[in-house]
Amino acid sequence: MTSLETQVNEPYKYGWVTDIDTDTLPAGLNEDTVRSISLKKQEPDFMLQWRLRAYRHWLKMTEPSWSNVRYPPIDYQAISYYAAPKPKKQLDSLDEVDPEVLKTFEKLGIPLSEQKRLSGVAVDAIFDSVSVATTFKDTLAEYGVIFCPFSEAVREHPELVEKYLGSVVPYNDNFFAALNSAVFSDGSFCYIPKGVRCPLELSTYFRMNAEGSGQFERTLIVAEESAYVSYLEGCSAPMRDENQLHAAVVELITMDNAQIKYSTVQNWYPGDKDGKGGVFNFVTKRGKCLGVNSKISWTQVETGSAITWKYPSCILQGDGSVGEFYSVAVTNNHQQADTGTKMIHIGNNTKSTIVSKGISAGFGQNTYRGQVKIMKGAKNARNYSQCDSMLLGDKCGAHTFPYIDVRNSTAVMEHEATTSKVGEEQIFYCQQRGLSAEEAVSLIVNGFCKEVFRELPMEFAVEAQKLLGVTLEGSVG
Amino acid sequence: MTLLEIKNLHASVDGKEILRGIDLTVNAGEVHAIMGPNGSGKSTLAQVLAGHPAFEVTEGSVTYLGKNLMDLAPEERARDGLFIAFQYPVAIRGITNAYFLRSAVNAIRKQRGDEELDMLDFIEILEEKLKVIGWDDSLMNRPVNDGFSGGEKKRNEILQMAILEPKLAILDETDSGLDIDALKIVADAVNKLRRPDNATVVVTHYQRILAYIVPDRVHVLANGKIVKSGGKDLALELERRGYDWLKAEAA
Ligand SMILES: Nc1ncnc2c1ncn2[C@@H]1O[C@H](COP(=O)(O)OP(=O)(O)OP(=O)(O)O)[C@@H](O)[C@H]1O
Ligand SMILES: [Mg+2]
Repeated sequence: MTSLETQVNEPYKYGWVTDIDTDTLPAGLNEDTVRSISLKKQEPDFMLQWRLRAYRHWLKMTEPSWSNVRYPPIDYQAISYYAAPKPKKQLDSLDEVDPEVLKTFEKLGIPLSEQKRLSGVAVDAIFDSVSVATTFKDTLAEYGVIFCPFSEAVREHPELVEKYLGSVVPYNDNFFAALNSAVFSDGSFCYIPKGVRCPLELSTYFRMNAEGSGQFERTLIVAEESAYVSYLEGCSAPMRDENQLHAAVVELITMDNAQIKYSTVQNWYPGDKDGKGGVFNFVTKRGKCLGVNSKISWTQVETGSAITWKYPSCILQGDGSVGEFYSVAVTNNHQQADTGTKMIHIGNNTKSTIVSKGISAGFGQNTYRGQVKIMKGAKNARNYSQCDSMLLGDKCGAHTFPYIDVRNSTAVMEHEATTSKVGEEQIFYCQQRGLSAEEAVSLIVNGFCKEVFRELPMEFAVEAQKLLGVTLEGSVG
Repeated sequence: MTLLEIKNLHASVDGKEILRGIDLTVNAGEVHAIMGPNGSGKSTLAQVLAGHPAFEVTEGSVTYLGKNLMDLAPEERARDGLFIAFQYPVAIRGITNAYFLRSAVNAIRKQRGDEELDMLDFIEILEEKLKVIGWDDSLMNRPVNDGFSGGEKKRNEILQMAILEPKLAILDETDSGLDIDALKIVADAVNKLRRPDNATVVVTHYQRILAYIVPDRVHVLANGKIVKSGGKDLALELERRGYDWLKAEAA
C-alpha cells in the first residue's frame, strides 16, 4: 500500500448500533402507512391531507436519473417508514428517554443532560423517526424563539406550520421531496421572531439506528424581519451491509433584513472499503430570501454517505438579498457525491457566492453541479462562483457541471475553476521538508478547504477538520 | 566531522539498477560538486538519500550523522537536517508557501521538542532570513510552486533551504534555468548560509556555478558510479573535454 492509501482508510467511528426496543412500522408504503404515521404523531387533519396529496402525487412520479451517481434500484416497499425508541409516550423530560439513547448521544459527543450539555448550543436530538430531547427550550422561549421537534410544532403551532410548510419546497417539487412530504416523521422547527438575534446556536443531530428503516425528516426555519439565527446540523448512522435511504427536506425563509446561516456536517455511514452498505443521502434543501436585504448562507461539509445527492439552493426574491453556498464534499473508497447549488436571482441587486471544494480519493467520484439563473427582472445581479477539485491518487474522479442562465444583461458573473492532483510526488515533497505523510495530507486538504471551514461556527470547524482527517486517512497514493 | 558516508551504494527502480556502487564521504564545512552526463544517476542519488519510495537500495550502506540513513523515514531524514533542492520541484495548490514552510519548520521543531511557531513568530524569522539573503517575500503568499517560472521554482527551493537550515543540502541542478543574475543571487545566498558545521553538495552540468560556490571536491558520476574525483580544477577540465574520455576510462 502506498503512503497515500494508508492515509485514507481509517474505519468509520460512529458505526455501532444501540440495542433498544423499537416501535417500527412494518416495511411497505401505501395510504395506510401515511395515515398511521400521521396518527402516531396525533396530527391535525390539514397535515394528514397534505401528506396524502403528496403521496398520491408521488405515485405518479418516476425516480430521477439525471445525476452522475450510480446505485441499484431502491425497493420502496422494503423500507420501514417509521421507527421510534419505546416507550413512545410523549417525552416531557429527559427521565423518560431510554438511557441507552442518552448514552448513544453522549458517545457521539452530544451530551443532553442538564449538567453536561454543550454551552451556547441548543440541541434537538433525533433518533430514528422521533425527536428524543431538545435542550435550552426555556432559555429560547424567553426570547420568543421557538425551537422544537417538527411533530410538536405541528401540534402546538399549526398556524405557522400550515403557513410555511411547502412554501419553499412544494410537496410536488421532486420525487424525493414528494416521498418525504408523504412520510416525514420528525425534524426540527425554528421560528425566530421579529428583531431577535437568536442567543444560542441551534443544532439538530440526526442518528439513524433501526435496521431496514429510512429516515425522512423535515426542517423548517423561519426568520422574521431583522431576525438572525445560526443553525447546525449533524448526523451519523451505524454500519450496515444494506443501504439505508435518507430523504430529508429543509426549508428556510427570511423576511426583510433577516439572516439564516445553515451549517451541515454530514457524516452518515459511507459504506465499507468495497462499497458495501452505506446511506443514500437524497436531500432537498432550499431557502427563500423573501424580504429585502435578507441573507441565507449554506455551509456544508459532506464526508459521509455512500451516495450524496443534494443542492442547497437560494431563491433571491427580495431586492438586495444575498445567497451563499460554501461546500466541501469528500468522496473516498466507492463513495459518490453529486452536489452543488442553485441560485435563482429574482430581485434587483441580488448577490450570490458559490465556493465549492470537491475532494476525491480512492475510487470516489465527486460531481459539482451548480446553476445560476438571473431572471429577466433582476437588475444588477451579481454572482461569483469558484469550483475547485482535488484528486488524491489516480483512481478517483472529479466532474464539474456549471449551468449559467442569464436573462438580464446588467448581470455580472464571475466563474473560476481549478483541478489539482495530489499524488506520491507531492506527499514526498512534503516529507522531504519534514512533514509525515499524514501531516502532508491534512495540510494540503485543510489548506484546500479553508475558505469553507472559516464559514463554519468555531466548534464545528474543529470537528470538520478532524472528520476530514479521519475520512481521508489512508488515502494518500 | 563526517556528515555523510556512502559505501558501495546500489539502487534500482522497477528492477533496473541505476546506482552501481557509489562511494562518497562528505565532511562538515565542505562543498562537493557532482557532475556527469544526463541519465548517469545524479538525481537518483539525491532521491535515494531522501528516501523516495520508488527506489530500492539493494546493496551498500549510508551513514548520516552516525545513523543508518536507510532506517529513517523520509520525514525523519529531513528533520535531521537533510535537504534536497529538487531538480523538478512539484507544485502544491491550495496552500501558500508561507503556510507550507511554517508547517515544515514546526514539524522539525516538534521533533526537537521546541515550541511550535505561530504565523507572527514565523514571519519574523522569515523576514530575518530574507534579509540575510537579500530577497523580497513576493513568492511567500503564492501557492507552493504553482505557476512559478522555472527560475522562481529554483529560487524557492533555496529560500526553503535558508529557512530550514539543513546540515546537509543537496542542490540538484539548482543552477539550470536560472538567468545569469539569478544564478549569482542564488550562489550568493548559498554562500551566506554556509557554516563550519554544515555541508553542501552541488549537482550541476556547468562549471559556471562552481565559480561562485567553490567546491572542495568534484566528482564525476557516469553510469551509476563515481568514475573520477578531484579538486575544483576537474570541473574546468570537464567543461573543456566533455565526458567521453572518462566513459572510456570507466568502461
Ligand atoms: N522513477 C523512475 N522510473 C524509471 N526510471 C527512472 C526513474 N528515475 C530515474 N530513472 C532512470 O534512471 C536513470 C538515471 O536518472 P537520473 O534522473 O538519476 O539521471 P541524472 O544523472 O540526474 O540526469 P540529468 O542530468 O538528465 O538530470 C535514467 O536512465 C532514468 O531514466
Ligand atoms: Mg538529474
